[in-house]
Amino acid sequence: MTERRTSLSLGARLTLGIAALLLVGGLVMAVATLAYGRAAAREAFDRLLVGAANDIAASVSVEGGRVSVDLPVSAFELLALAPDDRIAYQVRDIDGTVLTGYDTLPQPPNAADPFYDASFAGEEARFIRVSRRFAERAVSGTVDIIVGQTIRARRELAYEITRNALAGLAIGGVAMIVLALIAVRSALRPLDSLAEALAARDPQDLTPLDPRVPRDIAPMVDAMNGFMGRLDRQFDAMRNLISDTAHQLRTPVAALRAQADLALHDTDAERRDRIVARIHQRSVSLGRLLDQMLSRAMVVHRIDSVRREAVDLRDIALDVIETGDHAMIAPGAEVRLQIGEDPIIVQADALSLREAFRNLFTNALHHGQAPVTIGADLHAGTAHLWVRDSGPGPTPEVVAELGQRFLRSAASAGRTSGLGLAIAQAVAEAFGGKVDMAPTPEGFRVALVLPVSTRSM
Amino acid sequence: MAGQLTPILGLATVLAALLVPGGASAQEALRSFGPDTATTRLVLRTTTDIAVFAPTIDAFLAARPDLAVDYQQWGSNGLYALTAEECAAGTPGADIVISSGVHQLVKLVNDRCAAPWASVQTASLPAERQWRDEIWGLTREPAVIVYNRELVPAEDVPRTRFNLLDLLRPEGSAYAGRVATYDIEASGLGFLFAFMDSQEASTFGALMEAFARSGAIATCCSAEIIDGVSRGQYLIAYNVLGSYAQAAALTDPRLGIVEPQDYTLILSRAAILPGQTARPEAGALLDFLLSAAGQAAMAAQSLTVIDPGEAEGEGIARPIPLSPALLVAMDRARAARFIARWRAIFAD
Repeated sequence: MTERRTSLSLGARLTLGIAALLLVGGLVMAVATLAYGRAAAREAFDRLLVGAANDIAASVSVEGGRVSVDLPVSAFELLALAPDDRIAYQVRDIDGTVLTGYDTLPQPPNAADPFYDASFAGEEARFIRVSRRFAERAVSGTVDIIVGQTIRARRELAYEITRNALAGLAIGGVAMIVLALIAVRSALRPLDSLAEALAARDPQDLTPLDPRVPRDIAPMVDAMNGFMGRLDRQFDAMRNLISDTAHQLRTPVAALRAQADLALHDTDAERRDRIVARIHQRSVSLGRLLDQMLSRAMVVHRIDSVRREAVDLRDIALDVIETGDHAMIAPGAEVRLQIGEDPIIVQADALSLREAFRNLFTNALHHGQAPVTIGADLHAGTAHLWVRDSGPGPTPEVVAELGQRFLRSAASAGRTSGLGLAIAQAVAEAFGGKVDMAPTPEGFRVALVLPVSTRSM
Repeated sequence: MAGQLTPILGLATVLAALLVPGGASAQEALRSFGPDTATTRLVLRTTTDIAVFAPTIDAFLAARPDLAVDYQQWGSNGLYALTAEECAAGTPGADIVISSGVHQLVKLVNDRCAAPWASVQTASLPAERQWRDEIWGLTREPAVIVYNRELVPAEDVPRTRFNLLDLLRPEGSAYAGRVATYDIEASGLGFLFAFMDSQEASTFGALMEAFARSGAIATCCSAEIIDGVSRGQYLIAYNVLGSYAQAAALTDPRLGIVEPQDYTLILSRAAILPGQTARPEAGALLDFLLSAAGQAAMAAQSLTVIDPGEAEGEGIARPIPLSPALLVAMDRARAARFIARWRAIFAD
């Protein structure tokens, strides 16, 4: 078990995000509602002030040539709707003398706005000035009425509005968090069921998962299915390798052993030397067989695990010739190279291709007739990497059989053309192509046919 | 700030002096309660008669042996003038002021002359019996009609103001010149009752007219009026403070009391704690007066009605709320106009 280093759960991340959002939003809302509450309270209580001031203004009259005020109780009852606030008032005659009320009250700072803030009896207060114009014979001028009130009730109303708004916001916030949690849980449920499905699986079961999942996690499921597919193929390859190896090694090893037995009991030195020579030949053949099986296993592994890249088929042909294997396999056989000026690009794994093509080349050297020609070219929109010997090629029956995973006859005879062809076919198919075999006027030609890459190197 | 308020309060003082003829308004009586050795002395100024309030003060001091109370009895106008003057000077001379002239106390509160105090007791008061945590209504005292049982026949006893009007209407009525009420220039409480009457109903105008025509007598002070009725000098007295009348009637069977059935004004005698900060002992006295024990002590002296009678329950009662609306009663223009009208009626 690997060390479990889990990061914060998705639910926690979302919850934290939403909580942060709500916190910031809540602060902004608090400031906004406080401002709104203040404005609303100011407006509401300013109306009381207006009402009271107008009420008092209406009570001003001219009696016997003099301005007189009969202060209405209703004006004060109106102001008393702000239950805990002091009231300041003043009525000034046309000549500015105070008719009634407080003798000294703060005067409005400018004439434009009737409302103003000032202090009264040591408290912040809000004032209004209302003017009433008289144009009578005896009295002509403006009577000013100033009414003020401390602002306890305004503050209280503002805080109440803010408090209520924030309470609503808090409830909404909690509801949002709860809903978000529910949403997160339901959104993550497909992941949970995926995990359950995986956990409940038989270890041997590498079939694809049900792809009907939300779009967001489909790539993950696809990737998982692709991964399992590769795993499955590699298991197959491993199983094949093991069974092939068992099958293919049994006969040559038995033959080796039989001949070694013969050599052990043979007293004639000349015959023993012959037997030993055969043992040697068998061993070399067995070694090559092993090489090829390993090479095939490696190729099959690489096909699944290695990323495709642009490969120039001319390079592969050159590489195969330059490694000089043919000199060892068929000393003295003539080998020709036939390639053009233009690159022939396919999307593939260079190593796998080289391995596959080397197998075809080796087969041609072994079973065909010299001279052997290898080349790469373009044919009808496909890329060909081919090898051609000068012989007639195998019989059509043999051609039909070729490419099976293994051929007992070939193996028991210590020959490995079938295996090499199988590798070539596997590689060609892995890169979207095939192996093409056909007699030509010049000889028998075997080609790896691959789709041309549209991407440049 | 006090500097700014000074002219306002100075004016208030002048106004108060104007309301009191000759400005003669001195302390009426003085008594000390509690041990002479007490570490803390409270100055209580009130319009309440010492004899009526004494048992309540004794009850308070019983639990506070460390306290003594210097009790000063004042007329309401004099008390207001003094308190306003001291407020303007910034040297409050009393720790607690209790007055039946509640409009005067409301004015003092509006002028920042009273300290706030909040406690369980003050918080339990109904809204109309407190304002700003600076003034509290201690009692419930109806304004009543007092009559002489021996001289007023049962069928003549006025149950409402309309009955009173009917008694005074006939030419040569037996009640002409024998009806008394407060002199509103001498008594702050009388002014307040008359002012509330003037707002309450149109009967006020008719009543004033009837008083004028029948030569009703305006005189000072509850005790004098009640005594006059009891002696038969007056047959009927209008708008007498029910608490004093009730107390007198307990010992004087000649006194009859009627709560007017058209409406009954209910006064709540109010307290303030002068100055900018309250003394805790003064607050303790206030809390005691508002507590069940204090209320019971005052009820025993008929100072308050703890359980309002059924008559008050049916929309008849008109409590005078401790609200800034009472400032109108203190408005100089309005008061001058009101008193001028009053004088015109009672000028012989």
